[in-house]
Amino acid sequence: MQKPFAITLDPGSSLANKTGSWRTERPVYADHLPPCNAQCPAGEDIQGWLFHAESGDYLQAWQHLTRDNPFPAIMGRVCYHSCEGVCNRGKLDAAVGINSVERFLGDEALKRGWKFAAPAADTGKHVLVVGAGPSGMSAAYHLRRLGHRVTVKEAGPLMGGMMRFGIPQYRLPRDVLEAEMQRIVDMGVTVELGAKVEHIARTMQEGRFDAAFLAVGAHIAKRAFIPAKDSSHILDAVSVLRSMEGADKPMLGRRVVVYGGGNTAIDVARTAKRLGATEAIIVYRRNREKMPAHDFEVEEALQEGVMVKWLSTIKQADGGVLTVEKMVLDDQGNPQPTGEFESLEADSLVLALGQDVDLSLLDGVEGLEVKDGVVQVDPHSMMTGHPGLFAGGDMVPADRNVTIAVGHGKKAARHIDAWLRGQTLAPTVKHAVAGFERINSWYYSDAPKTVRPQLELARRTSSFDEVQGGLTEDNALFEARRCLSCGNCFECDNCYGVCPDNAVIKLGPGKRFAFNYDYCKGCGICVQECPCGAIDMVPEET
Amino acid sequence: MTTPIKFYQTGTFTVGNRLLTPEQRSVQSSEERSNALNSGHRACQGCGEALGARYVVDAAMRATHNQLIAANATGCLEVFSTPYPETSWQLPWIHSLFGNAAAVGTGIAAALKVKAQKNGTANNVRVIAQGGDGGTTDIGFGCLSGMFERNDDVLYICYDNEAYMNTGVQRSSATPMGARTATTMAVGAHPGAPAGQGKNLPQIAMAHEIPYVATATVADLRDLEAKVEKAMSIRGARYLHVLVPCPLGWGSASHDTIKLARLARETGLFPVFEAEHGEVTAVTQLRHPVPVQEYLKLQKRFAHLFGPKGDAQMLARIQADADRNIRRFKLLEQEA
Repeated sequence: MQKPFAITLDPGSSLANKTGSWRTERPVYADHLPPCNAQCPAGEDIQGWLFHAESGDYLQAWQHLTRDNPFPAIMGRVCYHSCEGVCNRGKLDAAVGINSVERFLGDEALKRGWKFAAPAADTGKHVLVVGAGPSGMSAAYHLRRLGHRVTVKEAGPLMGGMMRFGIPQYRLPRDVLEAEMQRIVDMGVTVELGAKVEHIARTMQEGRFDAAFLAVGAHIAKRAFIPAKDSSHILDAVSVLRSMEGADKPMLGRRVVVYGGGNTAIDVARTAKRLGATEAIIVYRRNREKMPAHDFEVEEALQEGVMVKWLSTIKQADGGVLTVEKMVLDDQGNPQPTGEFESLEADSLVLALGQDVDLSLLDGVEGLEVKDGVVQVDPHSMMTGHPGLFAGGDMVPADRNVTIAVGHGKKAARHIDAWLRGQTLAPTVKHAVAGFERINSWYYSDAPKTVRPQLELARRTSSFDEVQGGLTEDNALFEARRCLSCGNCFECDNCYGVCPDNAVIKLGPGKRFAFNYDYCKGCGICVQECPCGAIDMVPEET
Repeated sequence: MTTPIKFYQTGTFTVGNRLLTPEQRSVQSSEERSNALNSGHRACQGCGEALGARYVVDAAMRATHNQLIAANATGCLEVFSTPYPETSWQLPWIHSLFGNAAAVGTGIAAALKVKAQKNGTANNVRVIAQGGDGGTTDIGFGCLSGMFERNDDVLYICYDNEAYMNTGVQRSSATPMGARTATTMAVGAHPGAPAGQGKNLPQIAMAHEIPYVATATVADLRDLEAKVEKAMSIRGARYLHVLVPCPLGWGSASHDTIKLARLARETGLFPVFEAEHGEVTAVTQLRHPVPVQEYLKLQKRFAHLFGPKGDAQMLARIQADADRNIRRFKLLEQEA
């Protein structure tokens, strides 16, 4: 070939020069577990459903969410959203309003009538669920999705369990509760109401059930011994809240004293206010820091005019007069008596001192272990000591709240399914948690949290209307987009853009990226500049 | 504050995003980008100049519908991209000497003009000339000033890594004060590059009153691309000064290249602005202002300013310099 003057070689491309051989470390795409997901007792893939909500695809977001938790409209109202407490965005400005977006999705689903898909195949197995509360209905939902026949036996007259009989309407409107329960029935789950299971072994035998999930709520109020004259009007919190569901509202009077410091005490005091009490006073043995009730609920109650007598205990009830003793906290934070007394007038005294579970249905079942009033289960599988018998919710050792109960139901359902197929599930290997140090916060705009509207005070204390409002569609989108997508690629194209060697391959929408290790020199810019920390740097194998 | 909030998903800081419409996306986020400076080039790990050159040339390619010719001064960019007989360039590209990139660019532009006139066709082919800070502020300065003065239709891009990196890190007239180089060692009574010397080429370009002068960094891609696009919409002499951190010469970690460019801006040491016909028309405000130490500490060339035998006086001088830029270019939002 005739070459120009002084040229001896053909021109070549630098692509012949595989600079990847320079590398001592290589970047690798890896998903990490966002703190919110790691924290969620119901095992929701929060970052995952927010990802769809960000693009305004609410149906897909809802479908993704309900893979783990079938009650978004309920959770968006009653969940204590511990996810928000660990949200990495909280270290930037304020945590993402996960709970409010969840509620938006739940409400959107109800508004548009979204349904759960029917199971693909029928396994021919029949599972008994005892209790139509959050745990039982969650288990029923997941078991049905896995193709099993499910019968739920509920002692009460309505579905919902403690969500209906323990949570006041101003926090959870009953039409919302009803709708999300009904959606599970519509999937083909049989629910028998007013069907108390007296003896589990017999019921299983008679119904030819292959396995059972027990989720009996803690409906029995704990009593404390308070010397009282006959004329004293003393009630317990559970029955007060339960009777709110019936036609006859409880008669509490104008001055109501509630004894206890948990969320139930707060619920009763706020309910009393709404029933027309001029004064609702909570008597609690310790101080506010030690109070087990959630701070925002205490705050809302105080706003509504509920009063609290801190460091006080009730010694005696004598007609309309209570004798109250002042307490002091010792070094361990335990209340100690002082011998100082005062009297407090009250039309009624409501005891909110905790609840127990009625475990009589378990009498005579082999292998069961009951300790401290709850059934012992394998925390990995939720199975009791009796093969095929699983339990969750209030009746097993755990904190008692709706989200934990829902999580138990899901976990038990997966293990019941495995057990029915003669298998055991190995523990799921979780990704490493994506801590704040993985986040390159530069790339995130400054966007403070949107606050949900609250019902004005006057209407809050005079009606049972819902206190907390929902987000509008714009607000929900705004809030979803505040998510940092911790540890999970959200296709921002940063790695593709910042590589000095064009060694990142873009695989197209939804397919993320890959590295071209022929040319990657291992500089690490993509790792450093990834906003959400979805790339790891690992030593090159020799 | 009534500033509308923009989200990373749909807005401002990342290279692209799945939630953006295609026309909102940056050139670099596109699979169709030219990769004008292709893989296999021999720049060091984490080279800021390789990054800056691809950003600029890809954006110029899109702005001119690939009707582009590049002249290149001697320097890292030329050496690492075209070891004979290989080339990383995917556009017509010419290298002649260290000092004459501006003159070669001028010549090509003139030839294209003549050719178009002769053929009676439109003159759509555009020209860029590019070089490092040595080839621009020192060796090529005469040619560049001439190109400005004649208002030749060339966009000149200076990739500023603040020294002669190709030949072993010697001081240039763009080296910042206090920095250690091979010719301004960290020894003696006044170690590092001397204070009060050097050239500020964007300001000198402005003094020529050419149609367009801009500064940018590799840390703000969208800003950089917007400036290239604007520059290509204008005929006549244009100057773009891009800060490109150099891990080798600055003694920094290869993964910190973009972070350093960002810090250079956020400290105020490298003011990012646009000027037309000698007047500043736009500045990029600091988003999260930081003290100069945060920027300097990541670079070994400033290591002698820190530690027990550090140089508090020089640090204060550098901070004062940054503060002066912040004042002079109004880099912080005015108090209401």
